[in-house]
Amino acid sequence: MKKQLVELAHARSGDKGDIANIALFAPDWTTYDLFVREVTAERVRTHFEGIVNGKVARYEVPNVLALNFVMHGALNGGASRSLRSDALGKSLSSALLRMEIEV
Amino acid sequence: MKSVRIAGGLGFYGDSWRPIKASIERGNVRYVASDHLAELTLAILQKDRQRDPNLGYTRDFAPMLLDLLPLAIPRGVKFILNAGGLNPMAAREVLLGALKKFGIKLKVGVVLGDSVLERLDELQESGISLAHMDTGAEIATVRDRLLFASAYLGARPLVEALDAGADIVLTGRVADAALFLAPMIHELGWRWDDWDKLAQGIVVGHLLECSGQATGGNFGGDWRSIPDLAHIGYPIAEVWENGDAVISKAPGTGGRVNFDTLREQLFYEVHDPHHYLTPDVDVDMTTVHLDEIAPDEVRVIGATGRPAPELLKIVAGYEDGVMGQAMLGYAWPDALAKAQSAAEIIKQQMVEVGLKTEEIVVEYMGFNSIHGPLADSMHAKELNEVYLRIAVRCADKKEAAKLGRLFPPLALSGPPFIGGAGGMIEPRGLLGIWPTLAPRSVIEEYIRVSVEES
Repeated sequence: MKKQLVELAHARSGDKGDIANIALFAPDWTTYDLFVREVTAERVRTHFEGIVNGKVARYEVPNVLALNFVMHGALNGGASRSLRSDALGKSLSSALLRMEIEV
Repeated sequence: MKSVRIAGGLGFYGDSWRPIKASIERGNVRYVASDHLAELTLAILQKDRQRDPNLGYTRDFAPMLLDLLPLAIPRGVKFILNAGGLNPMAAREVLLGALKKFGIKLKVGVVLGDSVLERLDELQESGISLAHMDTGAEIATVRDRLLFASAYLGARPLVEALDAGADIVLTGRVADAALFLAPMIHELGWRWDDWDKLAQGIVVGHLLECSGQATGGNFGGDWRSIPDLAHIGYPIAEVWENGDAVISKAPGTGGRVNFDTLREQLFYEVHDPHHYLTPDVDVDMTTVHLDEIAPDEVRVIGATGRPAPELLKIVAGYEDGVMGQAMLGYAWPDALAKAQSAAEIIKQQMVEVGLKTEEIVVEYMGFNSIHGPLADSMHAKELNEVYLRIAVRCADKKEAAKLGRLFPPLALSGPPFIGGAGGMIEPRGLLGIWPTLAPRSVIEEYIRVSVEES
């Protein structure tokens, strides 16, 4: 069965220069393990095609049941040079929650 | 065991200081540490300083302090603020002038030496490449367009100012969390190689540096469950000598402090959580534990630290063109199709008037201006209204202004049913951000601290 991440998790994004990070938070260990399996760096890179131009790294942070995604070339050059409405990438986190995964 | 209570102040230039009143009046805090400088803020301050060399600091800080000091002084509450921005000396003069005017006697400390713009040649001559730390690009590509270059300083000079008796410490660029670490070190007597304690201090500072983002603001979970955001409390930390900490907020305030609101803030703007690099300590966040111990109280323990990095981060900003932008709204039916048709008209006319752009962004507000290509097009045909927004990157203001002039005729000579033609938007200068690294020794030898009484 497929589920959208928004039904399972919450997330926050932040900006540093042209790099955005998104931390994805699981409610419990089962969901965390599911995220580790399904929400890979490669899937996130593909998900953000057209927004993120560079590489995506993933860090596992089990102590707070989180995955942290670091996305390079994500902010149209960075907030102070971006032409986008969401110059700071504050809503990239919600865009990640659109992803569907197999549960 | 000795402890210190610290209130989170502003999270950025333009944030509200009303919640700080509750922290002072009912939060029993000894310090307010206030972060006025996002990366973007230095760009804004640079524009101020270009207009007037006596500006370049965040102008909200003096009204904020004058409003808060009547509450703070009787309680002995001290302030640490990076509101000095690009011009901490000018900020100090403004503050000393205001304090004298109202007959308030306080010691004001100022930390100088973060700005390295004047010394870039010297740094390069000593063999520091100043290459872009993410892309590796050479600084020569932007060198003649640089407008500011500021190193992120650590907590040491701030501690020095507090040790000298400062009631208010004004800094320029320092690591955000260092604003919070400084009073912990000053009060709790931590050593500069107590890596785990310093790491705890940085984690606590990081949790507090974005005001309401730690207490239920911008919460990505069940946002409806957060009570009374209209009267949100900003975070307060109590930190003990051994580094353990509890995050809370003032009684009677809105918002929420729990595991979920704090773990969201823990990773805000964090890259590798094993190495959250600050000037004072290399922090490992993967050992942190957040435990809910009471309503709106979370214990933070377990951060571990490694020796401080040898290189300090510098962030420079350079002129990177000018943005022209224009907007116009279209109503149902076919709101999106009309806006798309209008975009085609404008694009043709841009070519015909010879508008030279380096980049064009077309967004449909109400449809995809925030999520871009990830927007769901399922209901695109039935939208009640859609705003067309076009933004262009141009070499100068004159060129960028041409875009706005193409929009008004659409009202009578484009697709039907417009609204929200809000007049032309001034072109805005764009700034590229240039993060780079330099050995700490070449930065730190220029740091100066002075404390003066009003």
